[in-house]
Amino acid sequence: MSETTSEATGEATSEAREIKRRAAQFVIARRTSEEWSEVDQKALDAWLAERVEHSIAYWRMDAAWESTNRLSILRPQRSEPAPRTSLMPRTAKAVAAIAAVALVAYAAQSEFAPKEKVYASAIGDRKILTLADGSRIELNTDTVLRVAQDETGRKVWLDRGEAYFSIKHDGAHPFVVQVGKHRITDLGTKFVVREAGERVDVSLLEGRARIDAPDAEDKTHSAILMPGDVAVATNNSLSVRKTETRRIENDLAWRTGLLVFNNTTLGEAANAFNRYNNKKLVIENPQTAGLTIDGTFHTNNVGAFVDVVQHVLKLNVKNNQSEIVISP
Amino acid sequence: MIDRGDNHREGAKRHFGAVMAAPGVQEWFVREVLPLEAALVQYLQHNWRNKADVEDILQDVYVKVCEAAAKERPQQTKSFVFTTARNTLIDRVRKEQVVPIEAVADLDALNMAADDPGPERAALARDELRRVQAALDRLPPRRRQAVYLRQVEGLSRREIATRMGIGEETVKEYLAEGLFDLAELLFSEPADMRRRR
Repeated sequence: MSETTSEATGEATSEAREIKRRAAQFVIARRTSEEWSEVDQKALDAWLAERVEHSIAYWRMDAAWESTNRLSILRPQRSEPAPRTSLMPRTAKAVAAIAAVALVAYAAQSEFAPKEKVYASAIGDRKILTLADGSRIELNTDTVLRVAQDETGRKVWLDRGEAYFSIKHDGAHPFVVQVGKHRITDLGTKFVVREAGERVDVSLLEGRARIDAPDAEDKTHSAILMPGDVAVATNNSLSVRKTETRRIENDLAWRTGLLVFNNTTLGEAANAFNRYNNKKLVIENPQTAGLTIDGTFHTNNVGAFVDVVQHVLKLNVKNNQSEIVISP
Repeated sequence: MIDRGDNHREGAKRHFGAVMAAPGVQEWFVREVLPLEAALVQYLQHNWRNKADVEDILQDVYVKVCEAAAKERPQQTKSFVFTTARNTLIDRVRKEQVVPIEAVADLDALNMAADDPGPERAALARDELRRVQAALDRLPPRRRQAVYLRQVEGLSRREIATRMGIGEETVKEYLAEGLFDLAELLFSEPADMRRRR
């Protein structure tokens, strides 16, 4: 009857403990199952509906499991050719081919560095790669990407531009995308990465991924991205905001050669077209640049866009040899 | 002190659907009540002689606060939860017709004049990763390994089974047991115990 004996017989399970055990089993079944069926869901619903105690115990266990999700930050890092990537001339806006050749040359002279293969797309081009493991990478316009040629081939460097990744999960060999000093590690996922000079944008469509962003003082900021998350990493910050996956899908319309504008300002639309075309759109007046437009255009069909600007928005269009100037 | 608290006597007859259906009760419970669990367990252990009953009493307290919150969210969660705990103890004393010597006297010592968020909750947000990691480190080895492979390395159940050389059903068992332990360590164990280990 004393306290010590009752503690020692902790195995003599109480009713509450049995319910907690069952709740833990349900949470694990639900949260770690690859195929959670309708039948499974019905069994869970029935158990939860049986007693309030069941629901509460389930909430508690689910909250505990949820708090372990962030443990993935602790995943051990694979060996990194860090010094080499830091030598990458990120800011130098050299011609892509030259930069790529220089990097391959550098990789070749270091016997420890895995060999890499360079893929590049010209302005207005797209390119699709299928890796040995079945993962797909789609390069958007004006993009340079290197793929490690080691036995797993699950590391790539996005040196410039934008790429969409649909990655086959392999727990033993995480897929890593390095952009400058920022690193994205997939946990089985679809996401898009854009290198935009001073910043890197990562939008996650499916699954989970981790981003590690070292700041100027070499302190690493990390975040786990869930579907709908958009991360922006700069030299001294990492921020994550939530949007609808539908919006990310809109931003990915380039995969089918389209630009989708939805309440987009003319300024942003012009910037978007300019990524795909050599003849640049210029909007002279800030007020004009602030007008908004809806619509879907082919990335290389600036003419259609100019048509709308001219005949629907009633703006002035001057078509020079090197640029198209839009004014009120 | 014992002459109050008839209000929870009909605990056996409850409307089961109400709590689950009420919107936001789960979020409220996880956000405001769960962080109080360690203090609540300590309070119950302090005021109830048979420690083996504490888990069941805690469960009763949770049911009562959630049922009340489904109807109307209490203004001050902390004092509401502890008042409910006291009433639950009083009910038990009456039912069992045994009066533990120090029965139900400690409530006022908890100093609940202000329902400040409490150090528990602030600490929970701040050091969550560190705490979860510390809790994981204290699991029995096989359970820890299973949870680690799943949540840190991101392996599927099948991959974990291969890695550990066991069946997938056993992986599920280890994960469920590991989760049970983690919940106890994260919610139930007093904060000073966590720090010491």
